Amino acid sequence: MSTFPGTFHTPNPVADRRAQAPHASMFTRMLLRAAVLRRRRAAAALLAMVVAAAVATAMMNLYVDVQAKLRTEFRNYGANVVVVAKDGQSLPADALAKVEFAAGPGGKMLAVPFSYAVARTKDGQSVVVVGTDFTRARQLNHWWKVSHWPDGQNQALIGMRAANVVSPNRQPFELTFQGKAIELTPAGMLQTGAGEDSRIYLDQSQFQNWTGVAPSTIEVAVNGTAAEVETSVRQLAQLLPSADVRPVRQIMEGEANVLNKTRATLYASATLVVLTSALCVLATLMGWVFDRRRDFAIMKALGASERLVNGFFAAEAAAMGAVGAILGFFIGIGVAVWIGRANFHAPVVPRFSVFPYVLAGSVAVALISAILPIIMLRRVQPAIILRGE
Amino acid sequence: MFPRLVYESFRHQARRKLLAGIAITLGVAVATAMIAVATDIGDKINRELRSYGANLVVTPQEDTLDVEVGGVNLKPPSDGAFLNEADLPKIRGTFWHNNIVGFSPMLPVTVKLGSGPDTKEITLVGTYFNKDLSFGKEDFRTGVSITHPWWKVSCGDGRLARPGRVEDSPPACGWPNDDSQDILVGERLAAKLAKKPGDALDVAGRQLTISGILSTGGAEDDQIVAPLALAQQILGKPGAVRRVYVSALTKPQDAFAARDPKTMTPEVYDRWYCSPYVQSIAYQLQEVVPHSHAEQIRQVAQNEGTVLSRIKGLMLLVTLAALFASALAVSAAMATAIFERRVEVGLMKALGAGNLAVSAIFFAEALLLALVGGIAGFSAGALLARQIGRSIFNSQISVEPVLFPVILAIAVFVTFAGSAAAIRRAVKFDPVFALRGEG
Repeated sequence: MSTFPGTFHTPNPVADRRAQAPHASMFTRMLLRAAVLRRRRAAAALLAMVVAAAVATAMMNLYVDVQAKLRTEFRNYGANVVVVAKDGQSLPADALAKVEFAAGPGGKMLAVPFSYAVARTKDGQSVVVVGTDFTRARQLNHWWKVSHWPDGQNQALIGMRAANVVSPNRQPFELTFQGKAIELTPAGMLQTGAGEDSRIYLDQSQFQNWTGVAPSTIEVAVNGTAAEVETSVRQLAQLLPSADVRPVRQIMEGEANVLNKTRATLYASATLVVLTSALCVLATLMGWVFDRRRDFAIMKALGASERLVNGFFAAEAAAMGAVGAILGFFIGIGVAVWIGRANFHAPVVPRFSVFPYVLAGSVAVALISAILPIIMLRRVQPAIILRGE
Repeated sequence: MFPRLVYESFRHQARRKLLAGIAITLGVAVATAMIAVATDIGDKINRELRSYGANLVVTPQEDTLDVEVGGVNLKPPSDGAFLNEADLPKIRGTFWHNNIVGFSPMLPVTVKLGSGPDTKEITLVGTYFNKDLSFGKEDFRTGVSITHPWWKVSCGDGRLARPGRVEDSPPACGWPNDDSQDILVGERLAAKLAKKPGDALDVAGRQLTISGILSTGGAEDDQIVAPLALAQQILGKPGAVRRVYVSALTKPQDAFAARDPKTMTPEVYDRWYCSPYVQSIAYQLQEVVPHSHAEQIRQVAQNEGTVLSRIKGLMLLVTLAALFASALAVSAAMATAIFERRVEVGLMKALGAGNLAVSAIFFAEALLLALVGGIAGFSAGALLARQIGRSIFNSQISVEPVLFPVILAIAVFVTFAGSAAAIRRAVKFDPVFALRGEG
């Protein structure tokens, strides 16, 4: 059996051309011919490599990206930072602009102003009236169940429980604040199960015209890691020295807790999956190299040095690992994008930063699976292998 | 002859069999662990989501409006209706009592702080810290240390006190006892008053000892938090509770959950009642606490469903990837093991064995390997799942025994599927070439 048929003593142009090629290319040629002549086994090994690299890439991509995705989900819990004026004062008029400025052009924050006043109904009941920006409040507080958002002059959003007091039949009603009266129409009902149910919400500008009270609280949803939120809190505190800036611990700690557990679980699972894929590669490649013990024996019988033979098999495995990693990487990115779509309804951003890890891992596993059988074969005489025992 | 062939094959090729066996064991272990984690993750994350606090609130049915701005209660203290403290243990008597993690009553009282000219009005909230209660034969503990896990009590020197534990220095620092007259002072209020744990504070004409500084990041930072009984004494209404926060494990909501129980047929009503939706738990709370109205806290209740389903979906997909990878690893190991034995196949066929007989030997070997690897892998996987549960969630992830035959069947199936192609190729190979060592 000849590994390189037609290479010797064949007077044809191909052989002449090959004979004139530089001697150093023999090594490359052996690599290429080995891959071409045993393409079925090579393809099987490469397939295992590609699948393993793809699974590993998808897992790493998800591990990095899912945390950002989950953080976005957690922002549905609402504000994680509040800016409150000290001692019942109002915030300076430019406070909201300053918060927006701190958010930067990327808009990683959503800030909603709130101003509070206690007004009286016609029959002397006290009720809390809040001025806010409805468009922003709607974006921030997804859990607010609102039958209809106010969109006109003198329209108010009324909490479920407040409605029973001020406007049981949804008729227009009157409120007074420090002697100034205002006539309001209920636009819709608000239900949250918390303090908001006892309040009446008005548009900020209308509220300020009526009461003269400026916002005293700004609720801010900061998107990002715990450290990024900390930075934002410090930054806001510097910009607004007259206010208390504090993180909402209930939201921050709940999020940190759930996120940490999910990350740890995902990490454990991803490690298991990557290890199993590596095992798959190891099993396939070891078989592939072991199967080629005849090539190994012929090379040694023809006088190849130990270094050359080892180098040949190592180069072959490394090339296999690299090609598998590149193909697998792109397939893995595709899988990660699909999972992102299916589970989070948002695309997963391909992380090219994981590529070096996938490449290094693939090549390392491939080298290990080539070296193990070679160590076993080294002790055997070439003649015994060639005799087929 | 057949059993002997299989037996000898295992005896003489122990190393190769070991490799294939290890691959199967590892594959099955990973699959078992991942399935166990994925089936339990919903439950575990649901419990972790309780760190967001209560998702239900119970208020008196005929209550007046809350008048509260920035944590300062402006409602006249005796105005409105109250719940009866004696009814609260009944919360543990609802159908879904095992899903109720804890509850905390709240009684805000406006009190005068200090004496003489510089008195100040401030809100004192009465609650349970870590109260021992019993319902029927069942003893349980409940209070803000369970329902409000983000509340931190410090001793003023940076140390945090754990619930139910009294630190040694400064004297009597820690969470107050529920039957004591000790109070917690919110951190901003404490800074304003320049008070530290161990100091006495004149509250509504009583000298009360501060047992710790409370930090919540919310309105309580400007308030005093006291045992419920003390707040009731100050208000002069024994047994009064303004509202109760309930933290319950719920099932993510769907369209069925939001239906009105009054319009349901009896069977549908039973199904609705026996599902742990936040709505049906609210309905049951109203049943057991007289004259009450229970409502979901939408900020907490509405969001946990999405977070939970995202995490569950993610784990399901990761588990599929794990199953795929382990199936592939097992097939690869089996294929390699069989491909190496072409010479043997050639010899058997040269001696007159039919394709069927040769395949039967290989499949019998594969079956043995799958069974042994499956059993070892299942045990290893169960241990792995336990370890993951313990190190990440501090609780057990148990593997359902039902899973065992399923896993074993999958192991056998995957091993057979992985071997089939290789066996077919080995059998089809011409014995002459195989014996001459060409291939």
